[in-house]
Amino acid sequence: MRIQKVDVAVVGGGPAGLAAAIAASSGGAEKVTILDRNKTLGGILPQCIHNGFGLHRFKEDLTGPEYAQRFIDRVEELKIEVKLETMVLNIRPEKKILAINAKEGIFEIEAGSVVLAMGCRERSRGALSIPGTRPSGILTAGVAQQWINLEGYLPGKRIVILGSGDIGLIMARRLTLEGAEVKAVVEIMPYPGGLTRNVVQCLYDFDIPLFLEHTISFIHGKDRVEAVTIARVNEEKEFIPGTEKFIDCDTLLLSVGLIPENELSSSAGVRLDPFTGGPVVDERRQTSLEGIFACGNVVQVYDLVDHVSLEGDIAGKNAALYALGKLKQPKRLIKLIPGRNIHSLVPQLISGEDMTTIFVRVKTPEKSVKLKMGQGIKEVKKPLVNPNQTLTSTLSLKELVLLNALDEVEVSIIKEGRE
Amino acid sequence: MRTNNVLIIGGGVIGTAIARALSRYELSITLVEKEVEVGFGASKANSGIIHPGFHDQPGTLKAKLGLSGNVMYDKLCKELDVPLKRIGSLLVALKEEELGILEKLKVQGELNGVPGLKIVKGEALFQMEPNLTKKVKAALYAPGLAVVSPYELTIALAENAQQNGVKVILDAEVKNISSVNGALKRVETKHGFILTDYLINAAGLFADEIASMVEARNFTLLLRKGEEYILDKKTADLVKHVIFPISQKETKGVLIIPTVDGNLMIGPTAKRIEKKSDLSTSREDLQVILNRVRKLVPQISSENIIASFAGIRAGSEKGDFIITPSKKVKGFINVVGIDSPGLTAAPAIAQMVVDILSQEGLKLRKKRDYQPSRKKWIRFRELPSREKGRLVKKDKRYGNIICRCETVSEMEVIEAIKRGARTLDGVKFRTRAGMGRCQGGFCAPRIVQILARELGIKVEEVTKRGRKSNIVLTKK
Repeated sequence: MRIQKVDVAVVGGGPAGLAAAIAASSGGAEKVTILDRNKTLGGILPQCIHNGFGLHRFKEDLTGPEYAQRFIDRVEELKIEVKLETMVLNIRPEKKILAINAKEGIFEIEAGSVVLAMGCRERSRGALSIPGTRPSGILTAGVAQQWINLEGYLPGKRIVILGSGDIGLIMARRLTLEGAEVKAVVEIMPYPGGLTRNVVQCLYDFDIPLFLEHTISFIHGKDRVEAVTIARVNEEKEFIPGTEKFIDCDTLLLSVGLIPENELSSSAGVRLDPFTGGPVVDERRQTSLEGIFACGNVVQVYDLVDHVSLEGDIAGKNAALYALGKLKQPKRLIKLIPGRNIHSLVPQLISGEDMTTIFVRVKTPEKSVKLKMGQGIKEVKKPLVNPNQTLTSTLSLKELVLLNALDEVEVSIIKEGRE
Repeated sequence: MRTNNVLIIGGGVIGTAIARALSRYELSITLVEKEVEVGFGASKANSGIIHPGFHDQPGTLKAKLGLSGNVMYDKLCKELDVPLKRIGSLLVALKEEELGILEKLKVQGELNGVPGLKIVKGEALFQMEPNLTKKVKAALYAPGLAVVSPYELTIALAENAQQNGVKVILDAEVKNISSVNGALKRVETKHGFILTDYLINAAGLFADEIASMVEARNFTLLLRKGEEYILDKKTADLVKHVIFPISQKETKGVLIIPTVDGNLMIGPTAKRIEKKSDLSTSREDLQVILNRVRKLVPQISSENIIASFAGIRAGSEKGDFIITPSKKVKGFINVVGIDSPGLTAAPAIAQMVVDILSQEGLKLRKKRDYQPSRKKWIRFRELPSREKGRLVKKDKRYGNIICRCETVSEMEVIEAIKRGARTLDGVKFRTRAGMGRCQGGFCAPRIVQILARELGIKVEEVTKRGRKSNIVLTKK
């Protein structure tokens, strides 16, 4: 078997992997290689033809393909090696990657450091165990987006969408513009899953009804979806009898969450965080295995691609330093512990040596609160926190000095005025 | 029009097993199936268990054919190149008062002739299944239980029957059967009329309707729906044997099944139903299944479910298989009421049907060129790395991985289509593409396009499983 030596190997060529590869190459790594399963770079971005990308990073309103192209151009300028239609079969802790493609067959890459940037996948019907029959016409929102925007086919004409995640909202508008009738968007939670701007621009502007605290209680149809029954749910998420509505449709789209794709990470032995579903990382985005870094939706599912790219920058830079033998391993790591109303925190570990931005996801929406770190280290007022939006908080050097005496720090959301 | 010696109605595991068993003789044989592919009825929803045989009452056809079927499986699966794993089973008693039932079933099994039955308890039991609940008192171990893929088996049986000259007509629902003076004349499908001397009713769920077309029906089917849930492969190590509960009811209860493909499957339930089209799953049954299996293995969690399905067992009201020639219409043979252990018994049922046909006057002359072995195609994921590399060099299409979760290459999808897959489900059952944790999210659009290309049809014409189950509706 052929063995190829590289400084930094990046697994995944979506927004995280592209940013990581660019940062690694700019950071001095000589040979950087991106491995990706698709025919093109950019991950999911090429099918996201709507706008709203890059507002933070470029201060511009770009479409998905435009956003991706900025990075792809840079990858070309930097002469970063790209292996497309290449499937990574496994990654070993000693940073050896086994991969396959039609051109080279099976080959091994021996890397100075590895960046995991595999992104995430959509939760399927099976994972939800939605009651009813199993006709055709049930697909995830991302697959529907692929059919319409990349392949040029309309998956259905009378649509119900379960879940109000961003892809579902975007697809409600997209399908309407393509002449389909979106009959309802159904959300089990009392609040929408996607960004507020998407709720307004994709549903309200098109008079698409949004049913909150509702879910699908039955899928009807033998060959093709014929209808769904929706029902209101109580706090335990059980159907409330008598609240059922029968909606005639030929297609059910699912936008019910994304799962970080960590099969390769866990088989390599990378430790995962049960809250994020991704690797436990420190602020350099190093995983529990030295020299293996991770960034983007493989670490946790982000709301904005800008955050994903930012994390790619960090992972790429440090992966390059590691490969060049210049990355100082931290003396110790302080554990961040999710406290009240915190769903997850990234990074989960910090060295306390450098300024660090922490990404925070809350569990439930709350108004007039404070984000609190430890006892008297940091408190920031937040008028509104929402599970569908990532909060960021940057720790200054002064705050880090206070942290340094501790082994672990609890991060929580507290009511304003409360101590 | 040429008259067939034998016409088989039904392309499930029973119909195809009969077709294959008859294909070793000099006969002209046709099999008609109402779905667009074989195995698309009850067989695709079968649990895939080759039962050891202690469950069935001595003296029944179920006990007799179940036991003889079980021992035929090693040779059968070897010939057909279908994976079979003899993983054994444990029937678990959770209460002291259930220990008597274990003893009783052991005696019943031994009367049936089941070898190797043993009561295990304590340390020995936990060594066999470390994740069993600590409440378990003892278990009846049956080493002879095996698991197999029911659709892979059905497809292989049909392929091998076709290799040996059997004609298989798909999408051919029987509309009418006419007989004259107590002798069969012809069977009508939408493809036209088929003449036959002998007619086998292996129509499963629809066997009552077929029988009524021939004569005053003398049996009633009893339909019981079962729901099953498939768990992610990462839970595969939780149990090593099929785990049976003590069931007081007519079924074998809710089981934990390590499938031959390396998933765990939990189920089935058993709900009497009337409507033959009722293949829906429900929250209540899922809850029942979870509650029951967690009493046996507490670590099983609903979070690991990746797929669910339901199937209908078409048993007979009298509770045993009905395999008999008609007294009124010569040449008509019912093979009906085949519920559990139907898959186990399938090869023995096929042999019994051959014997009945012979007694009924069909001349059986062995073929010289009978070919009992059928080869499966290359399963890319099962090969060692070096072999994978060699294959990609030979044909680049092996290097194009279509299904990421199950590592299925483009070449395997093409081979499945060459061998008869016409639908997305047909490709799935033959290759496992789309059966992994993402449930076809990534690969379905690509497989639909390969199907369209290889079959020379439009993308909009590709279906999930025939009829109007199209995947996309219009081109933009």
